[in-house]
Amino acid sequence: MFQETPYIRHKLRVEKSAKTVFLLMTVLIIIPLIMIVTYMVYKASPVLSMDFLLTKPTNGMRQGGIWPALLGTLYLVLMSLCIAAPVGVMAAIYLNEYAKDNWLTRTVNLAVINLAGVPSIVHALFGLGAFVIFAGIGRSILAAALTLAVMTLPVIITSTKESLSAVPMSFREACWNVGATKWQTIRGIVLPNSVSGMLTGFILEVSRAAGETAPIMFTGAVFYKAIAEGDVFAYGLLDQCMALSMHLFTISTQVPNVPEALPYGTAVVLLSTVLAVNAISIGLRVYIRSRKKW
Amino acid sequence: MITRKQWTTVSEFLIETVIRICGISAIIFVLGIFFFVFREGAGFLFSKWEPIKFFFSTEWYPTSVSNKRYGILAIIAGTASVTVIAMTIAVPFGLGAAIFISEFCTGKLKEILKILIEFLAAIPSVVWGFIGLMVMNPLIIDIFNVPIGLTALNGGIILSLMAIPIIVSIGEDSLKAVPDSYREAAIALGITKWQMVYRVLMPAAKNGLLAAVLLGVGRAVGETMAVLLATGHAVQIPGSPLDSVRTLTATIAAELGEAPVGSDHYQVLFVIGIFLFTITFVINLTAYLIVKGIRVQKGES
Repeated sequence: MFQETPYIRHKLRVEKSAKTVFLLMTVLIIIPLIMIVTYMVYKASPVLSMDFLLTKPTNGMRQGGIWPALLGTLYLVLMSLCIAAPVGVMAAIYLNEYAKDNWLTRTVNLAVINLAGVPSIVHALFGLGAFVIFAGIGRSILAAALTLAVMTLPVIITSTKESLSAVPMSFREACWNVGATKWQTIRGIVLPNSVSGMLTGFILEVSRAAGETAPIMFTGAVFYKAIAEGDVFAYGLLDQCMALSMHLFTISTQVPNVPEALPYGTAVVLLSTVLAVNAISIGLRVYIRSRKKW
Repeated sequence: MITRKQWTTVSEFLIETVIRICGISAIIFVLGIFFFVFREGAGFLFSKWEPIKFFFSTEWYPTSVSNKRYGILAIIAGTASVTVIAMTIAVPFGLGAAIFISEFCTGKLKEILKILIEFLAAIPSVVWGFIGLMVMNPLIIDIFNVPIGLTALNGGIILSLMAIPIIVSIGEDSLKAVPDSYREAAIALGITKWQMVYRVLMPAAKNGLLAAVLLGVGRAVGETMAVLLATGHAVQIPGSPLDSVRTLTATIAAELGEAPVGSDHYQVLFVIGIFLFTITFVINLTAYLIVKGIRVQKGES
């Protein structure tokens, strides 16, 4: 017969309390997330409407909507994606398909990790020094998008590399055996089989780029810029623009007497955009995992 | 006439060249960041920079008319204070959550928790700063009965919430990397989960957990918008968590817009940028070497 000794009882008690403590810790991390989001939506509810999204700020940004900021963020995000995606995918192909295990590859890996860890404000200094001043682009959407692209490059490299390495080696070997070159194999077999994984990386890049403020502050985003409502081509490549994140910073610190609901509204729009984009990426990842054929 | 075979050879070569160039793009960009930040700050760095005054003076008066002084000790203290507060909260909670997610729960719950942590990581830093400004500020004023809630404590709490997702996800990865045979051997000896975590998994995964903490520190040191909004703007060595502080990142973000391009003040801000870059570089390098050390050990065994 199994008899509980005091030692075992003690052991089980400790086990139970440890589990409870860890559970509490996890819950305490999650709760603020839910509380904050609910509170912000509640505070923002007076202004949230289609009009808020589609009209421009009026009365010194104390009334009206966020249209120029929303459009500016869209421009910045799409452009930084267009710059970062090809370079990032190529870099990932190099790391996963071409690179041998030597010092160069290790340096590249280290550089990718470091690039991801560089503070966003240092990226801003880099963007200002390299694109705005040295390259002579000036403060513009292009310079800001380039800065964002450099910053988000590691996101794309890491996720693309992961999805490339998930393609089994036997696929490549089969392709080489019928006489295809290395690039033909990559184009015909490896890329098509990892495209959905790459897509999650692109989506993550979008979410990252949409939320950043510091890198665009000195490279292209401005406090206020009047553009036509409803015109999606209102910004030019070399124009400065407004951005959601920058707008939130501006109306919550730089402009006095802004009604409370406006910054909350902007924050909720920014937050829900980023979280929705992340949800899409997570959904896609779950879908890929369930569909995996090998 | 170019035959198809020749064409394949040529295009193969071209494509490979492009791929190789993009492959080392990360190195180019890291060097580029250092070069261009250095280039803008070089004028000051080589002519007027006094390292001792720079690092050990608390007098930061970049816009004084008669006597401009650039001492960043108080600003370093600001960064250090919010980082220490953030880590005091984030390390136990982050590691606790990593252990819970990795060892104490399974299936759906595990997936849901991981997704929620991912959402936490996705919240933009300016939104965190906004939360610090609008939500935490009045809370701290009420609870501690102080005149202003934009303090090191406020920034520290916000930063801890930003660092926790990193610590959780990397910590969980390193716990997952402990071979299952360790767990099986431990359970076969009749020990409880907690004993297994404490006596087997934590020692086995200690390097990975250390790397997780280091990356959390890196995040806290480099964070800009959140601390810019949440810590107040006083350049001072904080006497308590309830003092306002200013961090290195916030100083650059707040003053770069007002400093005339090419002026001493402008160049000093780039020198601070070089300093920040160096700190985070060392932190990331250490974390990388620790993680790589684990991999080498595994390869041998």
